[in-house]
Amino acid sequence: MALDLVPLWTALLALAVFYYVVFDGFDLGVGILYGFAPDDNARSLVMNSIAPIWDGNETWLVFGGLGLLAAFPLAFAIIIPAVYFPILIMLLALVFRGVAFEFRFKHPGLRRFWDRAFAGGSTVATFAQGVVLGTFIQGFKVDGRHFTGTSFDWITPFALLTGVALIFGYALLGAGWLVLKTEGTLQEWARRSGRICLIAVLIAIVAVSIWTPIANAEIARRWFSWPNIGFLSPIPIITAAIAIGEWYALERRHELTPFLGAIGLFLMSFVGIATSLWPMIVPYHYSLWQAASSESTQAFLLIGTLFLLPIILMYTAWSYWVFRGKVRGDIGYH
Amino acid sequence: MALDPVLLSRLQWAWVIAWHILLPAFTVGLASYIAVLEGLYFFTGRDIWFRISGFWTRIFAVSFGMGVVSGIIMPFQFGTNWSRFTDATADVLSPMMAYEGLMAFFLEASFLGVLLFGRRLVPTWAHFFAALMVAFGTLLSSFWILSTNSWMQTPQGYKIVNGRFEPVDWFAIIFNPSFPYRLAHNVTAFYITTAFVVMGVGAWLLRRQRAVEDSRMMIRMALDLLIIIVPLQIFLGDQHGLNTLEYQPAKLAAIEGLYDTEKPAALTLFGIPDDKNAVMHDRIQIPDLGSLILTHSWNGEVKGLKEWPPDERPPVGPPFFAFRVMVGIGFIMLFVAIIGQILRWRDRLWDSVWFMRLCQWVAPLGFVAVVAGWTTTEVGRQPWTVYGLLRTADSVSPSLTGTDVAISLAFYIVVYLIMFPTGIAFMAGLVRRGPQQQAEPERVESGRPNRPFENAARAVPDTD
Repeated sequence: MALDLVPLWTALLALAVFYYVVFDGFDLGVGILYGFAPDDNARSLVMNSIAPIWDGNETWLVFGGLGLLAAFPLAFAIIIPAVYFPILIMLLALVFRGVAFEFRFKHPGLRRFWDRAFAGGSTVATFAQGVVLGTFIQGFKVDGRHFTGTSFDWITPFALLTGVALIFGYALLGAGWLVLKTEGTLQEWARRSGRICLIAVLIAIVAVSIWTPIANAEIARRWFSWPNIGFLSPIPIITAAIAIGEWYALERRHELTPFLGAIGLFLMSFVGIATSLWPMIVPYHYSLWQAASSESTQAFLLIGTLFLLPIILMYTAWSYWVFRGKVRGDIGYH
Repeated sequence: MALDPVLLSRLQWAWVIAWHILLPAFTVGLASYIAVLEGLYFFTGRDIWFRISGFWTRIFAVSFGMGVVSGIIMPFQFGTNWSRFTDATADVLSPMMAYEGLMAFFLEASFLGVLLFGRRLVPTWAHFFAALMVAFGTLLSSFWILSTNSWMQTPQGYKIVNGRFEPVDWFAIIFNPSFPYRLAHNVTAFYITTAFVVMGVGAWLLRRQRAVEDSRMMIRMALDLLIIIVPLQIFLGDQHGLNTLEYQPAKLAAIEGLYDTEKPAALTLFGIPDDKNAVMHDRIQIPDLGSLILTHSWNGEVKGLKEWPPDERPPVGPPFFAFRVMVGIGFIMLFVAIIGQILRWRDRLWDSVWFMRLCQWVAPLGFVAVVAGWTTTEVGRQPWTVYGLLRTADSVSPSLTGTDVAISLAFYIVVYLIMFPTGIAFMAGLVRRGPQQQAEPERVESGRPNRPFENAARAVPDTD
């Protein structure tokens, strides 16, 4: 064996998932807040703040899914059937939300319907993703190379909690984005929404952090045994520090900090979950190495990925640059 | 009767992909058309290109958005419903699908934003470049997904280890025997589909004396393209058929409606297939022509389905009828393309109201042909997912019950029946508004656009 590509693919996939969570997270979050926007004009601005970029963000969901399939196919083949209905609900919600961008302006009579489709679709898709996360953390019934539970195993209090938690999480990211992209009363509204979401997110983080080690002795041992507790204690401490900073950033005149703070909270949660589950990719049956695809598969895809990802990031950055600045209502189509 | 998860999963797959394929069938061609128009505008600066491009870009935005959301559903189907297929084939197929995402989806998604909203934010050359990149992205997407599909039809370059396919030779996997034919045949079909839509829309506008210069240009461009690529497509289809005869003879026997091996083989024009008794009722046939078309000789042997055991035969009905629909449409298209050119040579094109009406009628035929062609090749591959190696019945997720799939299928049906008619009605509304008579707006330094259609709706009241 020449070179173990599994760590590299783990890092790439982790990066892709995190990128997706932050970027589609904020535009789903904007969709969640959309339902609470003060008036029709505000709704137009809110939607316009993500119109040119949501499509690119959602592409990372495809890349994350296909990356999991390519690098760890066994995980894909076990996990996806186990969350059959959450995936179904997420996909259909994303359909409604995606077409709402185009359909909202079709017909004044139907505008309210597509308004609801946009806000509802964003909320339901987020909830479904949270449920997938919760189901993942709890683990799956597996025999051999197959999922052997039922298509309704995902209905558990824990998964429902993570579903609701993610709604507030994405909404916090969305509020951060809107603070950055809007001004005046709309920005004030975004700050207020952000503070409400932040409180809910902190409650959820604490709840998950207590619930997970209680439910799983192995995870409890990993976090609370000596010397691990020493190495790992910075994770909750940094999280708490970011949370306090985020609160002040939302209260005071910061423009960019609320968005960065929300990303920071997501990063810490991500690190926390990874710490609990490492090195499992199908908790608690298969490790990353056991679920990996053949070396040739990983190598073949890696060559292109390492070449293409920087290019993708470059032109993604360019498209963000083109649409930089505060969102405006006066720039037309042609 | 208990619900069968395999059958329902197949129906679900057929439902979501049949709708999805309509969108690339349109957007692949349209993206290239827009890139050509943007190029012409960039090099000549004439307003007509700008107007036509703007008109089609608005329609493209809707169809592309629908293509994206219905496309995201597709890779997840492999996991939700076909996990055993996924487990068996992922080492070979997943990098190709991932490359589609990496090369095509990101390219399209990022540059689409600039194409749709960036007219005033970037220089003309950058706008042209964005159009080129979107078009290039759609072609790259076709390349990878058709390579994946072709490998399922004509697998090579693999070894089987513990019941799973492992890659041996990537070049052989990507350029598997049916891939070049399938790629050429499909992309040409997409271009033809788009050209007929462009021509039909042009004819509709022209009959109402709307944007006369623009719609005449659309019709001229479509006719010029069609007179070349429709005959080309018939040639490519023939080549693709010969490839199928070589690598998937059972599929070909089903297409031809042959249960018994014949030498020389007749060409069956019509018949009622009876898979149970392996006999074709009420055959209408032309002697020897089957051999001539398939083997390019008067006396070639064509194998019938009875050469294979019953559990390795595809059903005859769907490929047999779908193939005839596709070929029939092909010849209607050839007829329309030729008539159009004749009218042009005689300088009668713009007076021939009946021809304009004909163009409107045939505008959606490309979509029918694409779905018929897809049905032919996919049902003809049965009972396999990987031809000759992995059965469809052994590909489905083991945890699924029939009820699970019935519920999800019902959801997909309801949502698609809301989304697709709305989208089509929306695009029809954009067509009714027609090309806008406006000059290029001045550029601004940065900022965010309004939604395009809100502006369009405000600027031009609906004329109907």
